[in-house]
Amino acid sequence: MATVIVVTSGKGGVGKTTTSASFATGLAQRGYRTAVIDFDVGLRNLDLIMGCERRVVYDFINVINNEANLNQALIRDKRVENLYILPASQTRDKEALTKEGVEKILNELKQSFDYIVCDSPAGIERGALMSLYFADEALVVTNPEVSSVRDSDRILGILASRSRRAEQGDEPVKEHLVLARYAPERADRGDMLGVDDVLEILGISLLGVIPESPTVLQSSNAGVPVILEEGSDAGAAYSDLVDRFLGKNLPHRFLVTQKKGFLKRLFGGN
Amino acid sequence: MGIFDYFRSPPSKSAALAKERLQIIVAHERGNRRSSPDYLPVLKKELLEVVRKYVPIDQSQIKVHLDREGDCEVLELNITLPDEEQRLSQR
Repeated sequence: MATVIVVTSGKGGVGKTTTSASFATGLAQRGYRTAVIDFDVGLRNLDLIMGCERRVVYDFINVINNEANLNQALIRDKRVENLYILPASQTRDKEALTKEGVEKILNELKQSFDYIVCDSPAGIERGALMSLYFADEALVVTNPEVSSVRDSDRILGILASRSRRAEQGDEPVKEHLVLARYAPERADRGDMLGVDDVLEILGISLLGVIPESPTVLQSSNAGVPVILEEGSDAGAAYSDLVDRFLGKNLPHRFLVTQKKGFLKRLFGGN
Repeated sequence: MGIFDYFRSPPSKSAALAKERLQIIVAHERGNRRSSPDYLPVLKKELLEVVRKYVPIDQSQIKVHLDREGDCEVLELNITLPDEEQRLSQR
């Protein structure tokens, strides 16, 4: 049976799409058939982050409205086998995203995929609610910053009350914290919430910490999910995150300040 | 941190402040979430309509409150009926 995972946060710009792209790519790299769906109708961006923006012909809403079938709309990734992208519509409005329509597509995808990753839009409007409604598990992407943590808590409340699992009284959606844009040296200095602070406030289990890294912007510039940048710390952090999701017991890396050489300590700089 | 940083004023521990503020606001918002489910305002309105069929009361005379005692939730409904004289004068 396929697992539906929503990548959500409430707040915008915290790294939902970056996480969706890398998480889905990582699952596919490990041999699981994976589909990643962009729920941000009207403001699609997953296609850009995945580098397939010029191959979009049909989209999610076309399939819901029976204007195309699923196989026509799914874009097969050129780098990683088993990975497919379902782009959002850029022109229609979010009202087209009906519960029945989304359920129909998810059921069809469940026939042939192991994992279905739903990239939620920011906010708590229809697109966000639809992306989490059918979820079995949730990756809650949070930055170590007050507004992001508060919004994540709000989303946790919504997962616990307005998902299908909540409405039907099933086992609750399994929640995982992804702490992104973490800067250990700033946390050490007391200028940034630490991993333990965020965990204490939100009270959910930690799946991964993604360090603040220039590679994230560079890879989005190039349309390559950052997990494919194997030499980078952010890429390695996502890779660990995927392994942990699949049950491996890996220690968290990138939580402590990197030791600097004598000259760097003397003259500053990173 | 370079050598020049040693001459700056010591850094404020703003993260501790952030944590404290978040703990307060998050606890407050979670409290709201638990004590008043979405349906309470509608329930109150509908109850008011039913009671009004028989007794003239207004919004302030009906109180609906949901309490939690351990695993058990208690829905408390309190309707203040008007005095006999008031009722007669309103007819």
